[in-house]
Amino acid sequence: MGPGKSGDRERAVAVKKTEAVRRQKRKESDLRNVSDTLQDDAAQKQTLLGADELILNMGPQHPSTHGVLRVKLKLDGERVRGTECVIGYLHRGVEKIAENRTYQQFAPYVDRMDYVAAVSNGLGYCEAVEKLLNVEAPPRAKVIRTIMTELQRIASHLVWLGTHALDIGALTPLFYCMREREEILKIFEKYCGARLTTHAFRIGGLQYEAYDSFEKDVERFCKDFERRIQEYVDLLTGNSIWIGRTRNVGVLSAADCIALGASGPVLRASGVKWDLRKAQPYAAYDQYKFEIPVGTNGDTYDRYMVRMEEMRQSRLICLQAIENIPAGPILGKVGKVLKPPAGEIYHSIEAPKGILGYYIVSDGTTQPYRVRIRPPSFVNLQALDKMARGHLVADVVAIIGTLDIVLGEVDR
Amino acid sequence: MQTPLDNDLTKRYREQFGAAILEAIEDRKQAYLVIEAAQLEEIARYSRDVEKFDLLEDYTAVDWPRREKRFDLVAILYSFSHNARLRLKIPLAAEQSAASLVEIWPTANWLEREIFDMFGISFSGHPDLKRILLPEEWQGHPLRKDYDILQQDTAWVRENLGIESGQ
Repeated sequence: MGPGKSGDRERAVAVKKTEAVRRQKRKESDLRNVSDTLQDDAAQKQTLLGADELILNMGPQHPSTHGVLRVKLKLDGERVRGTECVIGYLHRGVEKIAENRTYQQFAPYVDRMDYVAAVSNGLGYCEAVEKLLNVEAPPRAKVIRTIMTELQRIASHLVWLGTHALDIGALTPLFYCMREREEILKIFEKYCGARLTTHAFRIGGLQYEAYDSFEKDVERFCKDFERRIQEYVDLLTGNSIWIGRTRNVGVLSAADCIALGASGPVLRASGVKWDLRKAQPYAAYDQYKFEIPVGTNGDTYDRYMVRMEEMRQSRLICLQAIENIPAGPILGKVGKVLKPPAGEIYHSIEAPKGILGYYIVSDGTTQPYRVRIRPPSFVNLQALDKMARGHLVADVVAIIGTLDIVLGEVDR
Repeated sequence: MQTPLDNDLTKRYREQFGAAILEAIEDRKQAYLVIEAAQLEEIARYSRDVEKFDLLEDYTAVDWPRREKRFDLVAILYSFSHNARLRLKIPLAAEQSAASLVEIWPTANWLEREIFDMFGISFSGHPDLKRILLPEEWQGHPLRKDYDILQQDTAWVRENLGIESGQ
């Protein structure tokens, strides 16, 4: 850990490269006319060492870019002067696929966007189609959906925490996080047989009844988890290296967040107390008490604190929900063939990463005419340039981590 | 389920922009305004500054190839202070371009690039309008209705194997 050594190495590489470039330039400048050379000199004076701006490709195979993200960094020494994201490596044309499937057939595809939070994706899609059909899931289904989605939020935040810490150089938290995530995935597996791309819900409610010891499993996890969070806090929160790497790194003001459309924990860490679960409650969120954590500085440390607190709040929601899961049917009155009346709907939920929206246009047939998915990661990633400018290369790694992007969702 | 809408909000918009507000409709309790493309920038600015729709939540398009104006641009606005959403629909003819909203909502930058990529709609005044998800050399715009999902496959098979694809 520590930027010193790797920084030296990177600087050495950068110097070598710029020297090579300069040699090349000298050769070329012989052939060029005088005015061109003068312009070059003027450009060179702008950078710190009088060297040319260095373009460095980060990704798409770099592990700290969390997938196949490629960032073109414009560097002055080790300082970032600008970034350009190259995305689309994982593009599968999800929206086009939707137009060629029935409403039910498309449901499992949404799990493959944000694949570390598949349950949340499924919830958003099912609720959007339900709104389009004008049906409602029964209360029992809503409560079980809420529990599952909150567990998924914890699991998603755990992946974020583990990998984010790993990127910055703290190896240990990853193992702790994966240990707890495993417990959640086991609950998913017992519930529907799948761990990652769960397809847990159905349009109109649920396909599967909660298994016998569902409440007990969730309760045991939640009871345990309180102690576990404390372990992460002990490892990171007061750790001076962690603080040094995250405080005042990648600062976004509330106004910047709103202008750039950044949502979720990124928005809340900048001090905007706004959460769709409170602002426009869906599923069964209106029945439970929970707080919206907010930060003040909008830096990487605040986003860390916000997500940590969100995990605690999710745990509280789960504990409240299992107290009283209403009895009754789990699937509402929906037909085997879904033909929503012509028209359109926009529905969005608070996914672990931010606003996840579905805009669906129906032409009255069994297949959607158009499905537009508003992915939180895609929109949040746009803030990277603003956040990274002026920081060091090593901080870009921290900033990508703190944005909590999943490339499956960025590229769709 | 679409019914004409005539609430205070739409009245204010009509007062302000008159004939540029082509329709105001409510569909499943969600409101949308169909507006004239020529006035998009003014209406967007008014929405942000006066009606306080400070967040451009999403910006996308829908293709209606049989309609006279082929595309609908759809901007989904959200207001934090009123906790309300409003959709703006902007009908566009096939080769018509729209004013870029990047100046008003910087988040429109990538969203407009995606619309350009998927539908081939161009935005005048966009700082860097190029494909975003697909490679630069890609042919066609996949979310147009006349873009057949098999066309890439069959073209590749014909070109590389010299036979007709069996799909």
